[in-house]
Amino acid sequence: MTERRSSAALLSVLFFGIALLYLPILVLIGYSFNASPLVNVWGGFSTTWYGQLLHNRQLLRAALLSLEVAVTASSGAVVLGTLAATALVRFARFPGRLLLTGMVNAPLVMPEIITGITQLLLFVSMMQLLSWPHRGFTTIVLSHVTFCTAYVTITVQSRLAGADRALEEAAQDLGASPARAFLEITLPIISPAILSSWLLCFTLSLDDLVISSFVAGPGASTLPMVIYSKVKLGVSPDINALASLIVCAVGVCIIAAGYLMARSDRRRALEVQLAGR
Amino acid sequence: MKPTGRPGRWLIILPPLIFLLVFFLIPFAFAFKISFAETAARVPPFTDVISFTREHHLQLTLTLGNYRYLLTDQVYGVAYLYSLRTAFFSTLICLALGYPMAYAIARSPQSAQGLLLLIIMLPFWTSFLLRVYALEGIIRDTGFLNTALLYLGLISHPLRIMRTSLAVYLGIIYSYLPFMVLPLFATLEKLDPTLLEAAADLGSTPRRAFLDITLPLSLPGVIAGSMLVFIPAVGEFVIPSLLGGPNNLMIGRVLWDEFFGNHDWPVASAVAIAFLLLLAGPIAIYQYYNVRQLEA
Repeated sequence: MTERRSSAALLSVLFFGIALLYLPILVLIGYSFNASPLVNVWGGFSTTWYGQLLHNRQLLRAALLSLEVAVTASSGAVVLGTLAATALVRFARFPGRLLLTGMVNAPLVMPEIITGITQLLLFVSMMQLLSWPHRGFTTIVLSHVTFCTAYVTITVQSRLAGADRALEEAAQDLGASPARAFLEITLPIISPAILSSWLLCFTLSLDDLVISSFVAGPGASTLPMVIYSKVKLGVSPDINALASLIVCAVGVCIIAAGYLMARSDRRRALEVQLAGR
Repeated sequence: MKPTGRPGRWLIILPPLIFLLVFFLIPFAFAFKISFAETAARVPPFTDVISFTREHHLQLTLTLGNYRYLLTDQVYGVAYLYSLRTAFFSTLICLALGYPMAYAIARSPQSAQGLLLLIIMLPFWTSFLLRVYALEGIIRDTGFLNTALLYLGLISHPLRIMRTSLAVYLGIIYSYLPFMVLPLFATLEKLDPTLLEAAADLGSTPRRAFLDITLPLSLPGVIAGSMLVFIPAVGEFVIPSLLGGPNNLMIGRVLWDEFFGNHDWPVASAVAIAFLLLLAGPIAIYQYYNVRQLEA
């Protein structure tokens, strides 16, 4: 479907859709520089609200917890997801294959509220039986690893399916063990997918409200939980500033992830071209 | 790699399999069990379903009261129906808007496709909660939309959008549109353009060629995209909670209130199980098309 011109009507729907997606965020960033504490009155340009964020202890503590959770959960999910993707792509048949396929796809569509409530019930029952895990950091991380693993598996799976097996087979013919051949040949090929899925998990974890609210227990509050309770009370100018910061940070992460994937695609295309000559 | 019979491969398969089994699948069993318990003033706040008597006999104490309560209390039926209806119509609108968008991207030059996809993807990954909050800034009574319309003199009173069904629809469409565009693009991109040329050569009008070729071939994308919007939308909590009014009771919100407001864990479990049964069909359809697409 390439190199064909789209009609004006199609393009206008496309741009209308894109405008719909971006307008609220742009307006939010605009409001965050509003000097007036009244959110509907423009009181001139100001960065006051950004400065105030630095003095809000509750927000800072929540932000720190969220960052710790996000780093731990995405690292764990990347390992489990890469293993799951390898299993699904490389092993055509094994007992439990269908089960694994189902379990990596279902979390993508499962309403968060169901995942949250069922996982909380699991943690509470485990606590009764095993006296572990205490609700808080550990349970938030475990639940985030669960849904992040699904995203990593899907991303790495498609990259791994496209990777050329011939190189790995050549390495094995030259005497490398299967594990070594995988680690030295295939892992570098799929590493952009792994890195970009780490970044995606990081943003997903940082953003999660519903599942965290269920499993966090009374002691711990992640950043989205604090934001939600503030937003529930009404629009506030410091949340505008915080939201703008998060949106920009996440945007940078995603663009970096997209860039990494695109660059490795280009490089691979170039290598294929060179090899063909 | 010759995987058959190699014990090392279990080192690869087992960690994710066991982890997901324990932390994704088994929790449903616990929810199922607790949906037959009764609330109790203790920690955790429900009675034991499975216990051992003094003579070490296994004892099951089941109550169907929670499910009976779901059937008799009108709130649940109304919330289920409202959630299904809202999700259904939001999905249709997303499809009507997302299909032309995906089609336009698929037909644009390859060099522009990557950028356009990134533009669509970016909000998809950007904080969901904050985007819903940002939408509130547009549609509230003193928000961007009303201010702009009042300034232009198009309206004399602010439009009341917040705390209505319209706000919930706008929220779902705004949040889930990228979920619709991406799978649609994936199928439209694979479409062989020579099929359309052949149809044109054989005298088919563009409209006819679209209806006879493009639309049927993009059906897997339509279904995958619709399920990706419909299923999470039915269970949506943040959108009805922040944008909707007291009448926009979606099942996610009822579940949340039952849990955090009433502290009734057994009823909340029963709501979740009933909800899951309701979604089993759509989830199975999604899985079926997804697996087929991956293997194609």
